[in-house]
Amino acid sequence: MAQQAVHNSFWKTNQKALAPWLFLAPGMIMFLVYVIFPIIESIYISFFNWDGLAPAHISQLTSKEYVGLGNYRDLLDDDSFYTSLWNNLKWLVLYMLAVPIGLFVALFLNQKVPGIRLYKSLFFFPFVISQVVVGLLFSWFYAPGFGPLYAIIKSITGSETAILASDTMATYGIILAGLWPQTAYCMILYLTGLNNINPEQVEAARMDGARGLTLLWNIILPQLRPATFIAIVVTVIGSLRSFDLVSIMTGGGPYGSTRVLSYFMFEQALSEYGTAMGYGAAIAFVLFAIMMIFISFFIYRMLQQERNS
Amino acid sequence: MKYMKTLAGLALGLALSASTAMAGEIVLNSDQTDPAPKKAMEELIAGFEKANPDVKVKWNNIDHEGYKAAIRNFLTADAPDVAAWYAGNRMAPFVKAGLFEDVSDVWKDNGLDEQLKSAAASMTIDGKKWGVPYTYYQWGIYYNKDVYKKAGVSEPKNWAEFVANCEKFKAAGIDCLTTGTKALWPGAGIFDYIDMRTNGYEFHMDLTAGKVKWTDPKVKAAFAEWAKITPYISANAAAIDWQDAAALLSQGKAANYVMGNFAVDTFKKGGMTNDNLGFMLFPEITAGIPRAEEAPTDTFHIPSGAKNKADAKKFLAYLASADAQTAMNKTLGQLPVNNKATVGDDPFIQAGFKELSSAYALAQFFDRDAPADMAKAGMEGFQEFMAKPENIDAILARLQKVADKVYK
Amino acid sequence: MFPKPIEKSAPWVQTAYKLTLPIALILWLLPLIGIAMTSVRPAADLAAGNYFGMPSGFAGVENYSAVFKNSNIGYYILNSFKVTLPTVFFAVGLSCLSGFALAIYKFKSNLIVFFMFVAGNFVPFQILAIPVRDLSVQLGLYNTTMGLVMFHVAFQTGFCTLFMRNFIKSLPFALVESARVEGVSEFKIFWHIVLPLMRPAIAALSVLVFTFIWNDYFWATVMAQDASVKPVTAGMNELKGQYKVAWELISAASIIAALPPVAMFFLMQKHFIAGLTLGATKG
Repeated sequence: MAQQAVHNSFWKTNQKALAPWLFLAPGMIMFLVYVIFPIIESIYISFFNWDGLAPAHISQLTSKEYVGLGNYRDLLDDDSFYTSLWNNLKWLVLYMLAVPIGLFVALFLNQKVPGIRLYKSLFFFPFVISQVVVGLLFSWFYAPGFGPLYAIIKSITGSETAILASDTMATYGIILAGLWPQTAYCMILYLTGLNNINPEQVEAARMDGARGLTLLWNIILPQLRPATFIAIVVTVIGSLRSFDLVSIMTGGGPYGSTRVLSYFMFEQALSEYGTAMGYGAAIAFVLFAIMMIFISFFIYRMLQQERNS
Repeated sequence: MKYMKTLAGLALGLALSASTAMAGEIVLNSDQTDPAPKKAMEELIAGFEKANPDVKVKWNNIDHEGYKAAIRNFLTADAPDVAAWYAGNRMAPFVKAGLFEDVSDVWKDNGLDEQLKSAAASMTIDGKKWGVPYTYYQWGIYYNKDVYKKAGVSEPKNWAEFVANCEKFKAAGIDCLTTGTKALWPGAGIFDYIDMRTNGYEFHMDLTAGKVKWTDPKVKAAFAEWAKITPYISANAAAIDWQDAAALLSQGKAANYVMGNFAVDTFKKGGMTNDNLGFMLFPEITAGIPRAEEAPTDTFHIPSGAKNKADAKKFLAYLASADAQTAMNKTLGQLPVNNKATVGDDPFIQAGFKELSSAYALAQFFDRDAPADMAKAGMEGFQEFMAKPENIDAILARLQKVADKVYK
Repeated sequence: MFPKPIEKSAPWVQTAYKLTLPIALILWLLPLIGIAMTSVRPAADLAAGNYFGMPSGFAGVENYSAVFKNSNIGYYILNSFKVTLPTVFFAVGLSCLSGFALAIYKFKSNLIVFFMFVAGNFVPFQILAIPVRDLSVQLGLYNTTMGLVMFHVAFQTGFCTLFMRNFIKSLPFALVESARVEGVSEFKIFWHIVLPLMRPAIAALSVLVFTFIWNDYFWATVMAQDASVKPVTAGMNELKGQYKVAWELISAASIIAALPPVAMFFLMQKHFIAGLTLGATKG
């Protein structure tokens, strides 16, 4: 009984200090075990030459498998690595088109005619479908012999172009497929942003004679800044994560020309033809490092907002 | 009511004990999910259980694509008693990691060295046998006889004639050779044959084993032969699957296809018959070189972590027997490895039997002879070469770079 | 309102706009319409080269039932549910707790923990793949739906916590203060005061996480091997291999695979968009 009382009073006095950690514990433990520790482990593995078979587990790696920076040196001497890096850059730059196009579509749809809500949902539709299905849709679209786009190009130029078989065009073909859902995503962000625009400011600007692009640039866009920020964040992350479409549409081909780092890692470490865990981990680390540049920037911005609020 | 509960408990107990291997039971993992292989496997298991009434087989049939990744896990984590895999270099990583059991005694006790002679070399590493082969099939050139007639072309006797024919096919608006390399591997069949016909079996094996450099002039010579026909290969081959290319052959848009015998089924579904579907050996390139052929062999192995090795060996012995292989390959539509077994009477199987039994040596196929990462890089190189033969020097330099790493 | 409301424009502009809308929509959804048409096309159409014209007949029933009959898609769909539903439940549940902790309590490492969740949520999957796979093999969860659920719950907790924390921050803090003055325990504050107010956030997150997990392909490929475990995204890749040139069947399978998240979206549209656009209006 006395013990109970002690216990109770301890709990009572420290409740506010302990409670957050009790609430956090389950989520945090899961997150540490499945996200934070694996990042560290991956970096560790990247210093080893390991095929995942002998030894069977990460914890059994020894100095026998240790190669130091060897995997990273090999990367610098691997043409596929540069191809992947270059393609990642293409993705990053071209994927950004989703932001202005999304804004354009949002402006186009931001009206109050009958049925417009349904139109908005249907325009947003591509984002809800899995990228696997999007990849299949576009593979069909491009397919030599019977794809609609193939037929259109043939009827216009007379040449038979199989986009996904061409080492110069395939990556752009995949990015185009990716832009479809991504644009829908940016559109919905901007539609929500436009909904919350301060109408008085807009009217006041109109009184002052601002019209069209001037109005958009000086009054509307500044108010849409939060939407633009999120649109850029999700688009950058999306472009660097591009794995599904590459895997479904080309499998990195033709002859490796559509590889991106995420797919290159999968090929090297986890696929039928690749079991180079250490090498794969090194590739993953490079991708992680690139991502960290952006993540740090986002976190910095969010931190500033936190401080201001 | 109580009685029912006891019964239910008993059934549950039985179900539980059945899921873990007990004495007299072997767990078998394999990847025969397609209809014919699945049926062949069911018959094999039934036959084995009949011959060995005291042993039951628990069969885990895993999806074909997933199997290649799955085996790496179950061999180390939860080993079955028997596992399906492939011969040649493809089994080397598992043998070297100590995950497969030495089964030389099964070979010796059952006289397999004699009966499975043709595949013995591909099952041997460090002088020991690591598994038992049960089926293989031939590769060669499948062709459309109607198209040959239409273009006024006769079956080539050697490579020079084959190349000359291509020009005639082109004039008739037909692809001389078709292939679909979206999944990469079909291109490797063409390379294997051209290299074996140009430089011979030993050289090809040395190349896939990393003993010869990709930058060797002889490799380049093989590619030079290949370059003679690249203008006549179906355009967009890199974008289509092998079945799409098979359709081109069936529809008469293409004349020849370097393929494995499993494709006959696809050709026939596309409307071809025994009358107009032809099969020929890959023509001779360098005169006088002994004729080697592609014959990928499927095998069964005992993992070193198996719990019931004694019964697993009984299973391998049964699998190796002439009767079992006759029955199984009849269903599979392939060739038995055991030379005492009976070969099916399908004309293409008969042709394959003739081809393989008279061959100087058998290759397993590029992606089984070469280590996986080398195979992948190589097949990408072949795909690129067919689209852009002018890149040959860059391709070979890149392959050598990969080889330097792989065979280190 | 921007742009200028169309009803203030000349009548011809209004008509033109109303005409442009459906045309734009059809162009926008062309790939989808194409695949939907293909999925009901008789196989004979494709063989005869009728790829875009009107289907010669309606073969929807044949094609769709063929997909169910001779492929594993039924299992795949079931597996997807087995992975998705528990993930939604646990990820949203755990993040209610962690979001509450981070929004309500002021403690030293609050922001550090918060940004750990935020940053982790953005990392590329590839840097997690090898260790997570290894861990799952060791726990005996490799190639099980449970293994996929565990990872997804952990990873989604990052995003969900960010979401929940910001949502709870926007609630009036005075409610919590006054309850504390009355001596209500911390857990009861969470359970009786805050949780009921979180309903819209829970709804929004549930739809979002459902869609994310249903559509996941990378982990489905890395962590599942058997048909009895594979979610539909990984299964689709296999079907593509199985059907090859039979596009009417691939199309039908694509439609089937896309259906659950699409249905979810149309049923819960308001929540879905609210979840997706959180932060697009303020901050």
